[in-house]
Amino acid sequence: MELFQLTAHELHKKLKSREISALELTQSVLGRISSVDGQVRSFVTVTNEIALETARAVDKQIAGGGDVSPLAGIPIAIKDNMCTNGVRTTCSSKMLENFIPPYSATVVEKLAEAGAIMVGKTNLDEFAMGSSTENSALFVTHNPWNLDKVPGGSSGGSAAAVAADEAVLALGSDTGGSIRQPAAFCGVVGMKPTYGRVSRYGLVAFASSLDQIGPITKDVTDTAILLGAISGKDSMDSTSVDIPVPDYTAALKNDVRGMKIGIPKEFFAQGVRPEISEAVMKAVEALKALGADYKEVSMPIMEYTLPTYYILAPSEASSNLARYDGVRYGHRSKHSSDVMSMFMKTRDEGFGAEVKQRIMIGTYALSAGYYDAYYLKAQKVRTLVRQAYDEAFEEFDVLISPTAPSVAFGIGEKANDPLEMKLADVCTIPVNMAGIPAMSMTCGFYDGLPIGMQIMGKPFGEETMLQVAYTYEQNTDHHTMKPGL
Amino acid sequence: MKLSKQDIEHVALLARLELSEDEKDSLTGRLNQIMEHFGKLQELDTSQVAPTSHSIPLQNVFRHDTAGRSMTPSDVVANAPESRDDQFVVPQVVET
Repeated sequence: MELFQLTAHELHKKLKSREISALELTQSVLGRISSVDGQVRSFVTVTNEIALETARAVDKQIAGGGDVSPLAGIPIAIKDNMCTNGVRTTCSSKMLENFIPPYSATVVEKLAEAGAIMVGKTNLDEFAMGSSTENSALFVTHNPWNLDKVPGGSSGGSAAAVAADEAVLALGSDTGGSIRQPAAFCGVVGMKPTYGRVSRYGLVAFASSLDQIGPITKDVTDTAILLGAISGKDSMDSTSVDIPVPDYTAALKNDVRGMKIGIPKEFFAQGVRPEISEAVMKAVEALKALGADYKEVSMPIMEYTLPTYYILAPSEASSNLARYDGVRYGHRSKHSSDVMSMFMKTRDEGFGAEVKQRIMIGTYALSAGYYDAYYLKAQKVRTLVRQAYDEAFEEFDVLISPTAPSVAFGIGEKANDPLEMKLADVCTIPVNMAGIPAMSMTCGFYDGLPIGMQIMGKPFGEETMLQVAYTYEQNTDHHTMKPGL
Repeated sequence: MKLSKQDIEHVALLARLELSEDEKDSLTGRLNQIMEHFGKLQELDTSQVAPTSHSIPLQNVFRHDTAGRSMTPSDVVANAPESRDDQFVVPQVVET
């Protein structure tokens, strides 16, 4: 095994025992990036020099004795919508193509303090709006399992980087499935924590009531480690919640005896392919064989979540993206004569088609006379979605469903069918609306492509989810499969 | 209710987006398609349901009025498309 193939917890042991140095490990990962990223194209920016410099500093610290944090010396990729002080942060948009943040996101600061090594910034659908990373204004990222397929989105670069061993860990952001769906398509573990668990300070805002940052990793243990490192109250994000951060690795128990699993049947309808349902149910049966109990449950409100999401998210986006006006940072049109034409042309030139479409939907939904019919109505439906989850969690410890209705689709296959593309998020969207946590892990393969299983948990119930996921992983071998790059 | 091209032009102005004729045409089609999809929500009676703006209860956050670390003016304008003397330069806004 090459160093770049290992997980963070495996590498931590080697670093701690000084079997390897952070510099060797970083060089191994950077070498892997230079040999495969020409094909996969996960990275918008590779931060070679910063990575090597940080690695040397970490090695010095380790040599000096003292505690070695579980993330010290571990190479990590950051989605390019999280601000990194002095390192370009593009959101894969022409609008921010040359934006160099003067500060770092809280999660980036936390990782730096833990000694993690940032190897680069990863590609995404422009402003995180999309499900395939094809909406990046910069370039398209390819699925490491089959380069003709999409990696999913919007955190497609982060998921592809971890799957291709171009990073040991990665951070993504998830507004309607943007961590879990690419994790499913790329065969890695991805978690959207509970809303408020992780600070969003320095995350470029898309839909503020839905956005959450979370880990993308090679296995469940690494998810627990990375989640612990980024969680917690932050005075810079008033929506972060002041609930103590547990040791998530303590939840990694190979035991699901007595666990009650709900199977929400609506998540197996709405265009979910039979091979996906079969693989997920096979995984549920495996959990049953290990001592869990499962039962079908009906949540009819789920039929309404897709249109509700496509009111809420664009409305909030249209408001958040009003800041791109060509004044303080980002693109400014060179063809304007007065301040109004500067705004209008700057935004026309800087935003791509999908972003403009969502700004238009949101502006319309919030405009005078339509607020009650659209945004307020959607917020009310959101209450019903949360109630449906609350009710289900009175009976069940976790809910299990497919992460996405199909395996990764072909590049270009759905580009001209916006509604079909949005269906890719049908199983993940309800989770963001309710603010609950959920994660995706591989539960099988079809046509050489990974199938994702989604585990949903109670608010701040990440530990229960991790325990179920860990038990499944310990008793199966999907996570040991690697794409043949 | 169907959106006309004039509606699209009005919304684009509100959103400060200068759209080409092609974009206006394609957006008129696409927005109508998406709005039709939204119509499904009218099936639900929500007259007795309170709206949820955030999934967790949010409260006002107060802190003591003490000075903290902040950026220098030159850091603040470093990304500006045009700046002068640590200030943002924009086209003339006020008539002389």
